[in-house]
Amino acid sequence: MLWVGLDRLARLGRFLWSGWAGLAGLALLAALWQAGHEAYGAFILPAPLETLAAAARLLTDGSARAMLATTVERAVTGFALCALAGTVAGVAAGYSPATLRIARPILTVILGVPPIAWIVLAMIWFGTGDGTVAITILISATPIVFVGAVEGVVTRDRGLDAMAKAFGAGPVRRFTHVAVRQIAAHLFPALLLALGTAFKVAVMAELLANAGGVGGALARARAMLDVAEALAWVSLAVAALILVEYGLIRPARAELERWRDAAAPWGVKR
Amino acid sequence: MSLLELSGIGHAFFGRTVLEGISLAVAPGEIVALVGPSGSGKSTIAHIAAGLEEPRDGQVARRYARHAMVFQDPRLMPWATAAGNIGFPLRLARRPRRDRGASVLAAAARAGLEAEDLGKYPVELSGGMRQRVAIARALVVEPDFVYFDEPFTALDVALKRRMQDLVIEAARGARFAALFITHDLMEAIRISHRILVLDPYGRGIAGERWLPGQPGERDDAETFERRQQFLERDALFAHIDDIDERVRP
Repeated sequence: MLWVGLDRLARLGRFLWSGWAGLAGLALLAALWQAGHEAYGAFILPAPLETLAAAARLLTDGSARAMLATTVERAVTGFALCALAGTVAGVAAGYSPATLRIARPILTVILGVPPIAWIVLAMIWFGTGDGTVAITILISATPIVFVGAVEGVVTRDRGLDAMAKAFGAGPVRRFTHVAVRQIAAHLFPALLLALGTAFKVAVMAELLANAGGVGGALARARAMLDVAEALAWVSLAVAALILVEYGLIRPARAELERWRDAAAPWGVKR
Repeated sequence: MSLLELSGIGHAFFGRTVLEGISLAVAPGEIVALVGPSGSGKSTIAHIAAGLEEPRDGQVARRYARHAMVFQDPRLMPWATAAGNIGFPLRLARRPRRDRGASVLAAAARAGLEAEDLGKYPVELSGGMRQRVAIARALVVEPDFVYFDEPFTALDVALKRRMQDLVIEAARGARFAALFITHDLMEAIRISHRILVLDPYGRGIAGERWLPGQPGERDDAETFERRQQFLERDALFAHIDDIDERVRP
């Protein structure tokens, strides 16, 4: 028990320590940004520090937090819906080749329609509000999750299925004990992608449908040609995405995929 | 009374008949080796006997309480530690969690695994260690029948011998009966009480040879002598090393 706790603590420590590498990457991006600022001037591209200050100002004056919360709530709701729908449909299709054959062309059609078109349709059907944003996210991000789940089911190790069957597992327990973990390995990258899509589409839908939130604030910044504020809103939205991704999805994944950590060579691990 | 009895088993893959008229029986405590050239359908017989596949015709009578299986590749779950893999059949049997630890440790010890190996994931173990885990997983349920489906084909000669000794020892200790599929005649002679030879085209069992003495008590010279005798002077084994790699099992 103590050993398990220590192991968890060690992994948490490694995870936090790896934050320095992430910070170094961000610092590199900020340096490029700064170079752009110095080349083109403050009106076209405000300095990164200036943007950070603007973001901090937005956060402290109160109203920004509510708008950010609206967007995050919409994005996370949409993400939860698409994760649920995509996983259930994908697993079902993975186990049923006939369904999969029918679903593939439908998927291509849905992926081919740009999200903007869905926003327009959703605005006509549902008006401007939470519904429009959620539906747009659902339609644009579900196929990603669906494909991940299908991949997980069809590429699972059938040898393990036979092994479980030899030891007396019926179809249900072969799924819950053996297949789920293999599906999860393919599902998590798809979920990360879907979460990013959910945030992007949420902001876009808000901007086009004028439904408040970060998108609404961006629309106002554009009307006032306030580049610093626009960039501040963008960085706030990205920060929110990073917070959700690293606070929610990645820890869940790390917990399920501990064995991959054991397999990774030393240089990759740290 | 035999523990396992196959009568008139026939099977086909995609309309191509691979097995026909297979009948065999295994008595309690008996280790039966089933040999035959590759592609003759040996593994399919084991899979049908273990219930992994439904035969096209014929009957399977299983009169044992619990069976276990060791496959050619270890088939370990990569996300579970060695202990988790060994305990998997106990989880399927809904054995309470607190009882599992002791059973897992005992089975691991019988397969020659040490306590420090049990926390490792399969990727951290060598090929031989993985097969040891697979054997421990089969022993943990205390089966009275074990299917071995060419379990040591992928291992090198020295490791193979160690694993064979392990199985002989375990079978003596636990008194399980076994159907041991192999295409290595040496292995069959070392490990079994009786050798069945499958027809090269899967048309029935071509014949059987009883081996004198008990597995584990035969010395190497005797084993080798018997192998030479089988291969050179016994018509039953004439096709044993025929290989047609285009035929899929």
